[in-house]
Amino acid sequence: MASKDVDSVSPSSHEHRTPVRWYILVFIVPATLIYTTFAIYPIIESLRLSLYQAGDGGGMFVGIANYARLVGEPYWAEQFWNAFKNNVLLFAMHMLIQNPIALALAALLSIPTLKGAATYRTIFFLPTLLSVVVVGFIWQLILSPLWGITPAFMNWVGMGSFFQPWLGLESSALITVTLISIWQYVGIPLMLFYAALLNVPEETIEAARIDGLNGWWIFWKIKFPLILPTLGLVGILTYIGNFTASFDLIYSIQGGLAGPDYSTDVMGTFLFRTFFGFQAQLGDVYMGATVASALFFIILIGVGLYLFGVQRRLQRYDS
Amino acid sequence: MIMRERITSAGIHAILIAYSLLALFPLILIVINSFKTRKGIFNEPTALPLGKTFSSDGYASVLTNSDFPLYFGNSMVVTCVSLMLILLFGAMAAHALSEYEFPGDSFIGVYLILGIMVPIRLGTVALLELIVDLGLANTLTALILVYTAQGLPIAIFIFTEFLRSVSREIKDSARIDGLSEYRIFFEVVVPLVRPVIATVAVFSMIPIWNDLWFPLILSPGEETRTVTLGVQQFIGQYTVNWGAVLAALSVAILPVLVMYVIFSKQLIRGITAGAVKG
Repeated sequence: MASKDVDSVSPSSHEHRTPVRWYILVFIVPATLIYTTFAIYPIIESLRLSLYQAGDGGGMFVGIANYARLVGEPYWAEQFWNAFKNNVLLFAMHMLIQNPIALALAALLSIPTLKGAATYRTIFFLPTLLSVVVVGFIWQLILSPLWGITPAFMNWVGMGSFFQPWLGLESSALITVTLISIWQYVGIPLMLFYAALLNVPEETIEAARIDGLNGWWIFWKIKFPLILPTLGLVGILTYIGNFTASFDLIYSIQGGLAGPDYSTDVMGTFLFRTFFGFQAQLGDVYMGATVASALFFIILIGVGLYLFGVQRRLQRYDS
Repeated sequence: MIMRERITSAGIHAILIAYSLLALFPLILIVINSFKTRKGIFNEPTALPLGKTFSSDGYASVLTNSDFPLYFGNSMVVTCVSLMLILLFGAMAAHALSEYEFPGDSFIGVYLILGIMVPIRLGTVALLELIVDLGLANTLTALILVYTAQGLPIAIFIFTEFLRSVSREIKDSARIDGLSEYRIFFEVVVPLVRPVIATVAVFSMIPIWNDLWFPLILSPGEETRTVTLGVQQFIGQYTVNWGAVLAALSVAILPVLVMYVIFSKQLIRGITAGAVKG
């Protein structure tokens, strides 16, 4: 400690002799150490592993050959592009269905004269708290032809002939899983929009009202432009969530093979199969690291676009 | 005019009630059917479990023929310990970043919150190797360390934003009183951040309790299973016993439901306040 103290004093600053402030290290080191060891190091190490292949006695450096295989070799490319396409579809459907529903509900909830807003809010956020596994199975049971809840309900409203085992059909499995995910997660964008809407200054709304605008136009002309930054935030959160967290739901409903016939395969399930293997296929650490790293770059591109494009433009618009 | 307003208001409530039913119906359906006989589940799925259809056999088979109590304990330990570490280390780091100037402070500030945008799951391949090398495979410690690392960035971000908005005077006057920097943290800063602790706790806790990925990969063993993984495996084995499946789902829902009913006000206020801040 004494030697450190001496080190920290530069020759010119004899008068303001400042000892090393150990308490700063004590405050900052535990978080930095755990975060670096279990979050940052594994990501960097995975990026490094993606440049290797199994060789005699350890890895063999192969440069970007694994990435070339991932997008070029038919066995890998077919799975990769299929998972990527499904992820993009998942993201698009969340943006087009989940976020507008969230915005609409938040707009209704933020009407100042509305009674019972707190109760509605509590109910709308409830599904978000549940485990994806639980939600997945609940909907699997409800949609199951075996139990017959959904066919009975559809008969009741006179649409019984339209019932199909949606989760089991290649054509409808992905959209069904998406709707389940929306049912669960609409609460998050809803709360973000709601908080942003409550933040719109009362005077601005009052001024518009005096100008003769009704509720509908006050929303679109005054409130909506003001909450555009939140829209950007919701967009990037939806993007990250769809590319990484979608694994849990697909795995619990459709299993690791993301059936039927890979129609619900996403990057997460693809990574899981590649890394751990499935059926006759053995797990491959290096290709697993490659898939994870590809996902890393996909997310990096999204976050980069958000930070440098969307957010900057929104801020300019905002000011 | 008043007439028109009433109609609009009724319309708005109709939409909100319809959506509330959509959000609640699946949960209610599962919980009421978990208390029924097999016949009751299939013949009158929407009826309440009264008289002949009432049965708690599902719960009996979940609580006796499975290790659910053990899974619950595991989830509780993992969630609580991770949460405590996230709150403590997160607040300490945020305090250092917002209170002191030191070489590299802005770099460390950015570095520590990078994890908000880059999900820790992307490092899974190397993380599993690390955990195995450390001899932590199939331990709860592995999950605790990983979840702490996962939760720290958002905690540090929220705490730092909050602490920067707090006036320095209280801390400076404590310093004049001769309190050490450690006592200032525990006696002045910790009480100050209490209002945002709920926000941080919610943001950190839900993803930990509900996570399937890391329990599946890092500690899938029978002894270290969490509730989420336990439900997933249990339901896979018991697809024919509907009563048990529904009971297992209810057992997984109910604690969250109870907690939510108790804390929903603070929780939602925390989320909306946190969002406003961000």
